[in-house]
Amino acid sequence: MLEYRMPSLGADMESGFLREWRVKPGDQIRKGDIIAEVETQKGIIEIEVFDEGTIGELLVKVDDKVPVGTLMATIIPAGEAVPVTAEKAPAAIGIPAAEVAAAEEHHIRASPLARRIASEKGIALSSIHGTGPDGAITRDDVEHAISARMAPEAKPELQKEPPTAPKEGISETKSAIPSAPVEVIPTKPTSAPGFSTETVRMAVAAAMSKSNREIPHYYLETRIDMCSALNWLSEANKQRPVRERLLPAVLLIKAVARALNDVPDLNAWWEDGLQRKASINVGYVVSLRTGGIMVPTIHDADSKSLDELMQALNDLIPRARALRLRSSELADSTITVTSLGEGGVETVYGVIYPPQVALVGFGGITEQPWAENGMLDVRPVLTATLAADHRASDGSTGSRFLTAIKNYLQQPDKL
Amino acid sequence: MPDNLITYRECIKQAIREALLGDERVFMMGEDVGRYGGAFAVSKNLLQEFGPERIMDTPLSEAGFVGAGIGAALGGMRPIVEIMTVNFSLLALDQIANNAATLLHMSGGQFNVPLVIRMSAGIGRQLAAQHSHSWEPLFAHLPGLRVLSAGTHEDARYMLAPALLDPDPVIIFEYTSLLNLENKLPENTGSIDISKAKVRREGKDISIITYGTGVYKSLEAATELAASGIDAEVVDLRILRPLDEETIIASVAETHRALIVEDASKSVSISSEVSARIMERCFYELDAPVKRLCGAEVPIPYPKHLEDAAVPQPAQIVSSIKNILQHA
Repeated sequence: MLEYRMPSLGADMESGFLREWRVKPGDQIRKGDIIAEVETQKGIIEIEVFDEGTIGELLVKVDDKVPVGTLMATIIPAGEAVPVTAEKAPAAIGIPAAEVAAAEEHHIRASPLARRIASEKGIALSSIHGTGPDGAITRDDVEHAISARMAPEAKPELQKEPPTAPKEGISETKSAIPSAPVEVIPTKPTSAPGFSTETVRMAVAAAMSKSNREIPHYYLETRIDMCSALNWLSEANKQRPVRERLLPAVLLIKAVARALNDVPDLNAWWEDGLQRKASINVGYVVSLRTGGIMVPTIHDADSKSLDELMQALNDLIPRARALRLRSSELADSTITVTSLGEGGVETVYGVIYPPQVALVGFGGITEQPWAENGMLDVRPVLTATLAADHRASDGSTGSRFLTAIKNYLQQPDKL
Repeated sequence: MPDNLITYRECIKQAIREALLGDERVFMMGEDVGRYGGAFAVSKNLLQEFGPERIMDTPLSEAGFVGAGIGAALGGMRPIVEIMTVNFSLLALDQIANNAATLLHMSGGQFNVPLVIRMSAGIGRQLAAQHSHSWEPLFAHLPGLRVLSAGTHEDARYMLAPALLDPDPVIIFEYTSLLNLENKLPENTGSIDISKAKVRREGKDISIITYGTGVYKSLEAATELAASGIDAEVVDLRILRPLDEETIIASVAETHRALIVEDASKSVSISSEVSARIMERCFYELDAPVKRLCGAEVPIPYPKHLEDAAVPQPAQIVSSIKNILQHA
């Protein structure tokens, strides 16, 4: 008998709400099948299994709050006999752990006022530390939590989507949230059931605060002549139907993935020391129209062709915006790429998404004077920035990595 | 005495004098109010000034003279009946509850009883369990009565006039411990509204809801709290029946916290009622549980230190509030 437990879908996740079972006892499952939908701060996530066999019992009821690590289902491995008793209706099964979890949520000490404000603002009480009598959460605690989460938004260096016409020549010189095309936070949660833009906002806030608190960032920047890359892209797209045309982003992602092959120290997590990762899984920052970001993973980006990468983006971006991503697409990234090219910003100084150790930021491609071989020319120029964890790597490593990206982008036909 | 200071006792006396001077239907009766000048010297020299028809000494028979007061009121007079202390009022409770409070109802609206009963209450002079209780809640329970509590000099001076204008029976509680206390009278108070509680001090952090002797104690506590940066509002209920719910709710909705202070013992008290109304009306405004500081559940003891310990003191108000606000 195998046990299926609530997976962690990010460093900041403590629990999620089971919203739907996609399987019932007796169903055959294979590795990669989606068995459930779980709602987290990042929206509804489809949960995959990594075993093969038959679903035994479903041990958690729909809409229960399920802490990470809770036993959710039993799986009878392929080849073992399926017991007859496995045919139970999930709704009839009560498991103490799940009930305790639900009860805990209900029994958080909070004043009626605090509860009301938290509910109006879409903040989970479980995320707030109470300082009132007997540790109760008071209005002040909720307001502090709100202001703590809003704080990054309030900084003047906040990057915003330019209102209409992109302004030329804007160069961000201060560190900011990766991706940062974040609109003003709505004060009310959206009406979408079970999810609010503020919960996404808070997930971003928690991860970015942890990053800035714990990771000693260093930044490197280089300017890349995109002349040959864009020319190649233009030729390549002539041979493709409109739906399959490539965007510059796939060249950038592929160049990053190839460069990571050369400089594997940046394809890693920092968890009790440097842990290099074998697969190169690129997280690509997707801005939500309602504010906030999602960072879906493109698995094995180094071995995907440009067309496959384009397909992956076409699949991931709409699902990320709809907040319907699979668990593996949220938790597996080994590096993050953020591209603010559409916004007219030239340079992005990103904040690393822990436990990753590097983030590559691409600004927009703008025409700029370019000196080469003693001659001055006007070229389409892209500024690539590396934000890297100084615990995990040093400037010379980062420099080799950025240079590798630059070189790959000079030979687009080989990407 | 600086000319703008006045004792609580003098406030009551001036109120009675003003009533006697202003309306010839007004007279006062009670035990020792005349020749002796009042058990607490409130009516000293009033007999000499107004004569025995308007300042009447009565036998020691509460049921008798309260009943007589009801009869006089029915007959068109405006009697002020003084009951020496609240403890003795129970002897007259049949007259108060079964006659004064109910006649309008029982007569189908034909007979109002425009009677005012003054009585002293509370601790403060080591008068022990015979003379010291705070039984405002007993009277505030009875439909048909208006129950007032004069916790300040202003109310001692100005509550009697509107009470006499009320066509129905009014009970006024006065406080023995305040009699010698000097204070300024606010200017231009004139007549006061005996349907409204009064915010005695505005604040934003917590509402201290109180009445009677709790008012000055709460104001003292609020002043001390202000030194610690806590801004307490003090709401003087003044009218214990019918309660001015709107003022209470408006205050708590602003401060989101409430401490109710009274000398009466906690069980089935004014604070029980106020607490319940807060919960009914503004539960979702509360940022902390409503707390109460009340009298101990004992007959009032004689020794000074035990008497003091039997009712809330300003230091307890301060520490309770710091506790609620987690400043401890």
